[in-house]
Amino acid sequence: MNLRKVSAAAATVLALSLTATACGSDDKDSGSGDGDGNGKKITIGIKFDQPGLGLKTPDGYTGFDVDVATYVAKELGYDEKDITWKETPSADREEALKRGDVDLIAATYSITDERKEKVDFAGPYLLAHQDLLIRADDNIAKGADINGKKLCSVAGSTSAQNVKKSIAPDAQLQERSTYSECLDAVANGTFDALTTDDSILAGYAAQKQYEGKFKLAGLNLSNENYGIGVKKGDTEMLDKVNKALEKMVADKAWEKAVTDNFGPANYKNEPAPKIGDIVK
Amino acid sequence: MFDFLEGYDLLGAFWVTVQLTVFSGIGALVWGTILAAMRVSPVPLMRGFGAAYVNLVRNTPLTVIIVFTSLGLADIFSVTLGAGGDFETQNFRLAVLGLAAYTAAFVCEAVRSGINTVPVGQAEAARAIGLSFTQVLTNIVLPQAFRSVIGPLANVLIALTKNTTVAAAIGVGEAALLMKEMIETEAQLLLIAVIFALGFMLLTLPTGLVLGWFSKRLAVKR
Repeated sequence: MNLRKVSAAAATVLALSLTATACGSDDKDSGSGDGDGNGKKITIGIKFDQPGLGLKTPDGYTGFDVDVATYVAKELGYDEKDITWKETPSADREEALKRGDVDLIAATYSITDERKEKVDFAGPYLLAHQDLLIRADDNIAKGADINGKKLCSVAGSTSAQNVKKSIAPDAQLQERSTYSECLDAVANGTFDALTTDDSILAGYAAQKQYEGKFKLAGLNLSNENYGIGVKKGDTEMLDKVNKALEKMVADKAWEKAVTDNFGPANYKNEPAPKIGDIVK
Repeated sequence: MFDFLEGYDLLGAFWVTVQLTVFSGIGALVWGTILAAMRVSPVPLMRGFGAAYVNLVRNTPLTVIIVFTSLGLADIFSVTLGAGGDFETQNFRLAVLGLAAYTAAFVCEAVRSGINTVPVGQAEAARAIGLSFTQVLTNIVLPQAFRSVIGPLANVLIALTKNTTVAAAIGVGEAALLMKEMIETEAQLLLIAVIFALGFMLLTLPTGLVLGWFSKRLAVKR
């Protein structure tokens, strides 16, 4: 009786360990390649829900981050079809790089000192500013005018914290879970403005269903240096990505990506930032 | 190690969590008891309404309810609950409304199960001496019912305490929103998660212990 139990348990353990090893070897096959491509795959983390930057559509992925990442991957030796896109929400970005789930991250990833403790940054490849998105017939000329206005932003985001702490502590701030939840309320007058990085705002304003309804106020309320996140200590990869970014600016592909993605929204982009040149 | 906490109002955020819990807890207790009374009342319309409410609200995700209070009630129907354009007060009150409406469904079912523990003979005897339905319920049945459901109600209260984190979705400045802010700016993700988990345990563990003790003390010995 007892013996039968023991052997059953042993069989279970054996079966489990077999399946476990099977999984393990599977992982290795599909795992991300390092170094130069030649049929290997690269996994890149982007946002899936930000029009203009990283957006998942039925026909594939679009946005400025996606264009930059595709270009960089090509320079690293990967074809467009060798790229596996993976969603990396803000809170998960550092850990995803650390665990090796993704090789690169291009997901509106602002370079900050706190984050540099955890990951290395290539770039910056775009200098964005916090700005306001207002109705096309509205006007907010200077920063001081924001106090007393009704703003909307995403709960817990850097932009929302900036408003509360420094930009306009007296303004009414409504925090929602996504930018989309703010947009219609701004359009119908419940709120005066949606605030976050101008690149993100331009992406929303450039969407077909909102064309002509919104414009950017053009206030530079903060500096956000978007970089490409690389695993901490991987200097070889870091150099390659930096070189790729430099080349992208040099052969005008960068400028084309900016106009393609942010065009219709009165968005005046900053000139392409120099590698390692972080604007505080 | 903990110097990253500087500049964040940790206690203030948890205080908002406590306030949300207390206000919506009181609201849910009152509304839930009324619902339970409806579900056992002799009037078919009331029974029907009670059952429909409980089944509708209990099976709707809390996030949907909370977001609806802000996107639906406030934005579309201009229900501001007397906040006069002050978003902070308005969101807090909307969150209390949503949480109370949701939790009341669970309170109702707990109280109804308590009513079922009171022997039918009690109600029959009360009717026999000429008491009305309201009198039977408030003087005979509910006092005994409540004493037997303190344990289940403690469960509901603990669940409510943790459910208040959903209020962050409409920007109420409670613990979960502060956690989001810290995760956005700081690097010590694991430590932040542990701090907030401990904070919630500090709130819920004593609730469970105290109410557990009361439920033993006050149980109706049969």
